[in-house]
Amino acid sequence: MADTQLTKKYFASAAEVKWCPGCGDFAIMNAVRAGMVAAGKPRDEVAIVSGIGCSSRFPYYMETYGFHTIHGRAAAIASGVKVANPKLDVWTISGDGDSTAIGGNHFIHAIRRNVNLNYVLINNKIYGLTKGQYSPCSEMGQISKTSPYGVIDYPMTPLRVAVSLGGTFIARSIDAQMKLSEEICVRAAKHRGFSMMEIFANCVIYNDGAHKQLTDKVTGADFYIVLRDGEKMTFGTEDQLCLVQDGFKIKAAKVADVAEADILVHDEKNAEVAALLTEMRPDAGLPMAFGVIYADDTKKTYDDMVYEQLEAVKAKRGRSLDQIMQEGHTWTV
Amino acid sequence: MAENAKLMSAEQIVVKFTGDSGDGMQLIGNQLTALAALDGNDVNSLPDYPSEIRAPTGTIAGVSGFQMCLGDHKIYTAGDAPDVLVSFNPAALKHSAKFVKAGGIIITNSDSYTEKALSKVGYESNPLEDGSLNGYDVKAIPMFTLVREALADMDMTNPAKDRCKNFFTMGVLCWLFNKTPQLVLEFIQEKFGANAKKPKLQIAEANTKAFKAGLHYGETAIMFQERYDLGAAQIEKGLYRNITGNDAAAIAIAAAGAKSGLQPFIGSYPITPATDLLHLASEFKDAGLVTMQMEDEIAGICCAIGASCAGNLAFTTTSGPGLALKTEAAGMALILEVPLVIVNVQRGGPCTGLPTKTEQSDLLQSMFGRNGDSYMPIIAANSPADCFDATYQAAKIALQYRTPVIVLTDGYIGQGSCPWKVPTMDELEDLTPYVNFWKPEDHPGEEYMSYKRDPETLARDWAIPGTKGCQHRIGTLEKDETGAVSHDPMNHQNMTEIRKAKVDNLAKVLPELEINGADSGKVLVISWGGTYGAVKGAVDRLIADGKEVSGINLRWVWPFPPNLGEIISRFDKVLAPELNMGQLSLMLRAKFLVDVQSLSKVQGDPFREFEVIEKVNEMLGE
Repeated sequence: MADTQLTKKYFASAAEVKWCPGCGDFAIMNAVRAGMVAAGKPRDEVAIVSGIGCSSRFPYYMETYGFHTIHGRAAAIASGVKVANPKLDVWTISGDGDSTAIGGNHFIHAIRRNVNLNYVLINNKIYGLTKGQYSPCSEMGQISKTSPYGVIDYPMTPLRVAVSLGGTFIARSIDAQMKLSEEICVRAAKHRGFSMMEIFANCVIYNDGAHKQLTDKVTGADFYIVLRDGEKMTFGTEDQLCLVQDGFKIKAAKVADVAEADILVHDEKNAEVAALLTEMRPDAGLPMAFGVIYADDTKKTYDDMVYEQLEAVKAKRGRSLDQIMQEGHTWTV
Repeated sequence: MAENAKLMSAEQIVVKFTGDSGDGMQLIGNQLTALAALDGNDVNSLPDYPSEIRAPTGTIAGVSGFQMCLGDHKIYTAGDAPDVLVSFNPAALKHSAKFVKAGGIIITNSDSYTEKALSKVGYESNPLEDGSLNGYDVKAIPMFTLVREALADMDMTNPAKDRCKNFFTMGVLCWLFNKTPQLVLEFIQEKFGANAKKPKLQIAEANTKAFKAGLHYGETAIMFQERYDLGAAQIEKGLYRNITGNDAAAIAIAAAGAKSGLQPFIGSYPITPATDLLHLASEFKDAGLVTMQMEDEIAGICCAIGASCAGNLAFTTTSGPGLALKTEAAGMALILEVPLVIVNVQRGGPCTGLPTKTEQSDLLQSMFGRNGDSYMPIIAANSPADCFDATYQAAKIALQYRTPVIVLTDGYIGQGSCPWKVPTMDELEDLTPYVNFWKPEDHPGEEYMSYKRDPETLARDWAIPGTKGCQHRIGTLEKDETGAVSHDPMNHQNMTEIRKAKVDNLAKVLPELEINGADSGKVLVISWGGTYGAVKGAVDRLIADGKEVSGINLRWVWPFPPNLGEIISRFDKVLAPELNMGQLSLMLRAKFLVDVQSLSKVQGDPFREFEVIEKVNEMLGE
């Protein structure tokens, strides 16, 4: 039967999608649907929580339970949903303004707690829904309606933050790379713990070309690297570039110039290197890291620990409600 | 000698303890409260402490207090002027001697009246010797000396011995109030003895000795000419315990979870004076209560809303500034139409204000402190014990009407205590009928619509994630009956009216107000929440004096109970005493177009009965 088979279509709602033509969010929604297929839960056991912003309209387009909430708080609300019913497959969709500005506090603490959520941060480096103001992820000098003379805030790198908080799954992709986006959504869906995905997106109206260096069909590949566990860190239009160690840092080099053994091999479980990888930027002479940068399944999730503790206290103390009510000094009149 | 001290029967005694913050005033106060209650008196108490954890010792700013009233009849407040003051040092004496009733007893530790301690609080001479306390019955007891003597054979430091002065004092008071010593000895064993959670045998022995020394001192020293003898109060039969409002609310949350069949869930953030609620609730893991201490107040309410959306019975607990932060999310619960209980233990405001002091100044914030037309039911607990029932009722209404409900308590009843008639779980109302999740099997052939409503309550049909085939989207944008986002002007008018009507409808099922006194008369005194006790006591006394005065207490402050307007119309004048600048008065005036007079007090302290009586007499022209 068509509507019980877990396909991308099965997760699509009938609502008309109202994003601008050419918006990066379309491709990302497609990838998230692939992640849900991989998670293997029927759509009535899936919940999507979003905040406010263009990307936060996402739940309306998905044939699942959906909660379109308030600006910045999706991580806290989703944490409550997941803890209340850990059987649900819970996804949070947020933007760079929603997650890193007004919702920064909830974002960092959800990562720290390792609540078993799939978190998609769609980063277009701009506020779209409020029509074009700069966000904490906007570039220095970026022109927007509230920075007509250029942004003078230093930008934030959300994935670097995730590493420093002990995030257990950290991955990045870009709207233009649909297959890679699907891949990380599938991996994230299967990861037990907080799955942090940053997906770069273009905003055709307010920040067109937000990531054009990375999406250029001819030269783009020289500016990003797709990391794969156990594989050598090489990249470039002709795979001519690589990453090597440079003291406590990483530097880019030409494959031809270094010994093969010196080319770094990606290890998803190395948090120290992950910190360096998340920070790489083309303007610092290093490729943007794509793919699964860090993944560690060994850390317990918050939601698991909540119920382990409930059971442990039940076994140890095991009071009935009547016993609780009658605790302390009691007397009979 | 003991035989000379005559037993004087009393109807009620007001006792106040003051000492250094960290000196155990709350503990000794609670112990005497428990002792009196166990002995059959009715009691009511009020802690009063500074916001600093360990404020500078020996200073007036660092004085911590605890006042209580015990009586042979129903006691509604911690009392007006103390009959007995126990002040442990010169700072405490300076702080509180002025409150004591003329001729009242002042018990103090004369060993603490060193020159240094006196000069620290600006005493130029020793008040115990210079006659400045003439008019009081001063009992200067060298407590350190006597306690050290009593514990002479124990291997303890002097400072450790000195800490036993509280139980020594309990001994003196136990004798003075003619209480049963065995109850205190049992308490010491329970708290520190071999079977205690954390046994401290030396402390148990030392406190036992100090207590007996105090008791003996009362009996043998010629200090007291009179002892108080309070009869047992006429109290409804049942099992009782002493409880603070915060503890009562925590227990209600666990109980409401069990009786609804839903997992109880608290999303919260620590804030004075509501934190004790979260402390106790955090221990109830064995009752299946999930508590999430979040990164801030907003996250506290937000995770609770998430839990509610997923089908838990959700609560968030806070105090004024926290409620301010939760504002937008409270509006989210309202427009999503999901059950949520917000417990607000009010404190002095605005902003940080007086964190440890009581006030009732969040009424208008609770009513109107959200953007848009956003009414939600508000219930105000009227005593520490009532915090149980008010919280339980709020959970029921939240479920039944699919709405957030605000429970207003305050620092006074949240931290104050009184005896609570402990219900059994069987006696509590079954909440499962109000859960009523929408399931396809109960509605054959019908399609789920998220904003279709019960015609009576206007509660919307509610299907939670995990319900087969009911996947749907809800959100904070305005929507129509199907749940689809709608910007249609008439739809918004309609939905706004429905949300308001839902709360208005609740009035139809609220119990009618009971009048304390005649059905009509010259002055009607309206209390709400924590002012109940002082108003009840005051009105009782005015009626006893033959005055044409009646009183009512609003437990549901929104919507107003159905017969409120009609009752008001039968009185010449209306008075609303409030621990704010007249917030209920404003609402009553707006709703009923009556010239309500306000008696307002914002001193971090609850009303005393006499304050209400004076105001009523003024209105009566007497």
